[in-house]
Amino acid sequence: MKTQSLKKRDSELAQAKRQLEILSNGIFQDGELPTFAEKIAENGHFPLRPRRLEILQINVGYMCNQVCEHCHVDAGPDRKEIMTRETMQQCLDVIKRTGAHTLDLTGGAPEMNPDFRWFVEEAAKAGISDFIVRSNLTIIRANKKYYDLPEFFKKYNIHVVSSMPHWTRGKTDKQRGDGVFDASIEALKMLNAVGYGMPDSPLKLDLVYNPSGAFLPGDQAGLQAHFKKALLEDFGIQFHDLFAITNLPISRFLDYLIASDNYEDYMYALVEAYNPAAVQNVMCTNTLSVSWDGWLYDCDFNQMLGLGVASPVKHISEYQEDLLQDRKIVISQHCYGCTAGAGSSCQGAVV
Amino acid sequence: MADQSYYDPKDLRKFGKITDWQEDLGSKFFEYYNSVFQEGALTAREKSLIALAVAHTERCPYCIDAYTKDGLQRGITKEEMMEAVHVGAAIQSGASLVHGVQMMNKVNKLDG
Repeated sequence: MKTQSLKKRDSELAQAKRQLEILSNGIFQDGELPTFAEKIAENGHFPLRPRRLEILQINVGYMCNQVCEHCHVDAGPDRKEIMTRETMQQCLDVIKRTGAHTLDLTGGAPEMNPDFRWFVEEAAKAGISDFIVRSNLTIIRANKKYYDLPEFFKKYNIHVVSSMPHWTRGKTDKQRGDGVFDASIEALKMLNAVGYGMPDSPLKLDLVYNPSGAFLPGDQAGLQAHFKKALLEDFGIQFHDLFAITNLPISRFLDYLIASDNYEDYMYALVEAYNPAAVQNVMCTNTLSVSWDGWLYDCDFNQMLGLGVASPVKHISEYQEDLLQDRKIVISQHCYGCTAGAGSSCQGAVV
Repeated sequence: MADQSYYDPKDLRKFGKITDWQEDLGSKFFEYYNSVFQEGALTAREKSLIALAVAHTERCPYCIDAYTKDGLQRGITKEEMMEAVHVGAAIQSGASLVHGVQMMNKVNKLDG
């Protein structure tokens, strides 16, 4: 288990350019495997275009209380990038005039941004009623100042989407760090106690599963059934849905794939599992991603690879929906991760 | 050559190519194979564990790789996987030992 981000370790993979070189060369450059652009062209999906904007996904900072093995953000306690209130205000200005109905807050641990609660309150005033917060759960138990987060989430009817790699302690702690499983269980109990995740409760609590190693997620419904049974029987915990998400070959997961000699096999697995039906529903087609410093991306993964939107509008401060709608979505080989099997993205299976 | 073997893990990717030289029978096999592993009276998860146990008793490295990965994808734990391998091993050793009765019968007949 690493305890520092790639950036802190001065790893060459902390550089987006280096990651893109790895993804573009080798098996893709020599034609052993088709590039993602070639693959989607077979079904007439190239270039990939956005549909109507529905979700504004805002990354409010890379700071996190965990250093998960496969974090695509390379987040951790040593990351200091954090969205300022000024940039949040620019996001709020856009929220008021955009067609997006959902605000999806992510990080790092979004709750660690000192203006997180202010932002939620202001966004609620601006008319957003559909909030998603991607919580790592342990933040709720990390410090007393976060203990009331379940009540705060409830007050704004926030849809809590939480990572939970497995229903067993061993696999969860291996991927996310020692003690994460127990802290997550405590946090889930706190969320259940205020009504989150209970059957028929409007307080939505969904879990996110991503594989602990170099393999793709299996059937989402089957995994959900097992998670529900195990968490209820072992801990009395309930939740609504499980999103099975494929690990994308970028950042710390790419580092792991290369270090464990699994990179080529994993890319083969992604390409073999390519599902054309997933292409039209991937998250980049209805979502816009905003980085901590206000730059615009087609998705959170492109954000981490430094692949900004292909539009004259590059920053939230110059937002123009019509110009953005006219763009082509920027793709690379990592996009195979969102179109494998039942599809992935941040909302789990898409077909 | 230390890095050469009769088995190459990459050959598993080429399994589908067996239809190249006998498309009709190969296709029928894959149709049957895929049907077997659908959810049925047994769950796909249970079938995966059975396949893993059989992979070991058949000593098929490709099958072991394939159903280890399949098990991980289904969230099957390593403890469950090892138990399945023991089930296969128990049946395999039992199959040897139960023939001990034949040996005993023969001894009793010849030398009783």
